[in-house]
Amino acid sequence: MTKLMIETLGTESTVVNMGPQHPSTHGVISLRLQLKGEVIEAIDPNVGYLHRSIEKISELTQYTGFIPYTDRVDYLSAMFGNQAWCMAVEKLLGIQVPRRAEYLRVIACELNRIINHLIACGTMAMDLGAFTPFLHGIREREKVNDIMEKICGARLNYNYMRFGGVSRDFIRGLDKEILAFVDRFKKFLPEFNRLITGNEIFEKRLIHIGVISPELAIAYGLGGPNLRASGIDFDLRRDFPYSVYPEFKFRVVTGEGYRGEVGDSFARYMVRIEEMEESAKIIRQAIEGLPEGDYQTKLLRNPVVPAGEVYSHVESTRGEMGFYVVSNGTDTAYRTKIRTGSFTAMSILPKIVPGLMVADLVALFGSLDVVAPEVDR
Amino acid sequence: MHELFNNLVSNWHLNPVLMSVVTLLWILMIAALVLAFMATFAGVTSWIERRIAGRMMSRVGPNRVGPGGSLQWIADGLKCFLKEDVIPGAVDKPLFRFAPYLVFTGCFAAFAALPFGYGLVASNIDIGIFYISAITTFVVLGVLMAGWSSNNKWSLLGGIRSAAQIISYEIPTGLSILTIVVLAGTLNMQEIIQQQGGWPWHWFIFNNPFSFVAFFIFFSSILAEGNRTPFDLPEAESELVAGYLTEYSGMRFVFFFFAEWANLWVMSAIITTLFLGGWQIPGINDLGALISQSAGAGKYLWILASIAVFFTKTLFFVFVVIWVRWTLPRLRVDQLMVMCWKYFVPIGFICLLGSALFTILPQSSAWNWFYLSMRLVLTALGFGIAIALIWRSIYNIRALDDKIYIKVWE
Repeated sequence: MTKLMIETLGTESTVVNMGPQHPSTHGVISLRLQLKGEVIEAIDPNVGYLHRSIEKISELTQYTGFIPYTDRVDYLSAMFGNQAWCMAVEKLLGIQVPRRAEYLRVIACELNRIINHLIACGTMAMDLGAFTPFLHGIREREKVNDIMEKICGARLNYNYMRFGGVSRDFIRGLDKEILAFVDRFKKFLPEFNRLITGNEIFEKRLIHIGVISPELAIAYGLGGPNLRASGIDFDLRRDFPYSVYPEFKFRVVTGEGYRGEVGDSFARYMVRIEEMEESAKIIRQAIEGLPEGDYQTKLLRNPVVPAGEVYSHVESTRGEMGFYVVSNGTDTAYRTKIRTGSFTAMSILPKIVPGLMVADLVALFGSLDVVAPEVDR
Repeated sequence: MHELFNNLVSNWHLNPVLMSVVTLLWILMIAALVLAFMATFAGVTSWIERRIAGRMMSRVGPNRVGPGGSLQWIADGLKCFLKEDVIPGAVDKPLFRFAPYLVFTGCFAAFAALPFGYGLVASNIDIGIFYISAITTFVVLGVLMAGWSSNNKWSLLGGIRSAAQIISYEIPTGLSILTIVVLAGTLNMQEIIQQQGGWPWHWFIFNNPFSFVAFFIFFSSILAEGNRTPFDLPEAESELVAGYLTEYSGMRFVFFFFAEWANLWVMSAIITTLFLGGWQIPGINDLGALISQSAGAGKYLWILASIAVFFTKTLFFVFVVIWVRWTLPRLRVDQLMVMCWKYFVPIGFICLLGSALFTILPQSSAWNWFYLSMRLVLTALGFGIAIALIWRSIYNIRALDDKIYIKVWE
């Protein structure tokens, strides 16, 4: 009788939709999972739920008018979209950006990197069930948001950069305020680490989970912290220098496999934590060496851009953010292609996820720091 | 409670039929009292937990309804009561409807044997602790039923996780309860308390090294049984959406959370009873004799004092559980099982055996210095751990030197 029951019932795997509405996918990302019990047999990332045709919009909007749209490519690190787009158009126009403007750009970008990584590390802890670190991160982010508001008037979608500079200069006393934040942040990071990074459960959940080997990382074109966590020493800020980054001293953080191994989820987490420190160092150097001068070059509001093709890339928080722009000699781009880090991070999932449990997928997905609108544009 | 009833009724000289009616009314009254306590506690704790969580996260928490938001739980309860009770079309309706009540009953019935103070227990049954650990298993049935009947894959995963977890952790819980039962020689909750004394070194937790270890096993396992972080896998919101609760709404949803918060009291009260000397007032050896000697109001004052002692200890543990919840991340399901079967169960057996060994050691007065010094050392160790934890927390809070801009208890 028992034997018969087992024969008729049998076991089979279930297909579960994780998303588009799911608390841990951070936005409308859909993952179809094939589960055997709690173990994932196969995964199918289903992208496209947040497609907003940003590349097509660039063909219909003037170059200047497209700057706010670049904020929306990756809403958590809007400065990098701004910068990559402005650098591309500046290359086509052949104009030089004043040194002060470059410094202002660097300060804004590195502040943005800090708050993005705060969110990334915080949500990762939240995915693992610890709510408090996330809100402590948000608390610090709020302070940067206040600074950002004073820099450019916006708290999330900054729309700060212009062709040949930035939209406005620092208001009086803002540099002191940013330095005060950097000092405070130096004390905040150890507190954050005591709260969550050194936590035994947290480490146990992350080490040896979702290991990406250096070869695999290169093969899938990962970028940013995800690539560096696999042990590859590559940073656009240092290896393809742009803006005024060569003037600053900073360390390119690579995964060292504390506790676990190089390329696991904990390594990715630690790279983000340490990158925040490095960003704070860059900000301090930039504020201390901030030159006097113009913050913008004189330019027509809607410049007519000479025909040509150009690719410009910046080291965004999620890897290489690149804009390939084709101009046909009018005030509107002929074609734009945006390369983002989140898309490649999504594409590696089917390779590394099978064999993990659902809870591991949540941890891994958090450690890849995928932002939905950046995947689909 | 029963003595009080007998004293009252014996003066009335009722015939058997009326007598049974009066008894029934008395039982219903006690049940209503306990239910009222449970409901109020669950409600108020839901607010307190949210305020404490807010404080820990540098945010405000609910502060709009009533002074400091203290009536928020009534507003929430009313809101959920008035909400539409959505039952999805594809669910197994009878099971889906029944599950919340099973969870609620399992938790509520445990209150029957829980002491609240000297002589204050709804039903002073001899198998008290056994009854409690048996009746709270009802919860797993309800959770599994909810997960299965919801006809939702996430719910099913949550329900099955919960069943595996609660049943596994029954074993270390039972073993650490037995460790104490061996020392006390009784299952009756009130008598277990009477076996202990008022001062910390008279408590069962510091009785011997094995009961000291059993306390930590018991605390961790009961967190797991109550589905609290770091063992809240069945309702892990970032993995399983809301676990077995996913399809529930309105009042049925509230019933689950009612049970969860009431369970906070149940677990803390059991810890207080078994390990921390229950309602024993420090410095008083025989509270029962004292109460029977004192007359009039003095009697009730002593009972009130015992209630105060019991509530203080219990509420402290309620706070600790909340504290743990908002600090730690969640374990993975296999790590949870490893912890139970590889560590807690063997250590639990060792504790039980070791504790049993202590009961057969010579009890002559010549050995008293040995027992007392051991208890004092364990007490110092226990309080040392607690003080170190608190000191560390204060250090962490002060490290950032952060001015919190919110008035917390405005």
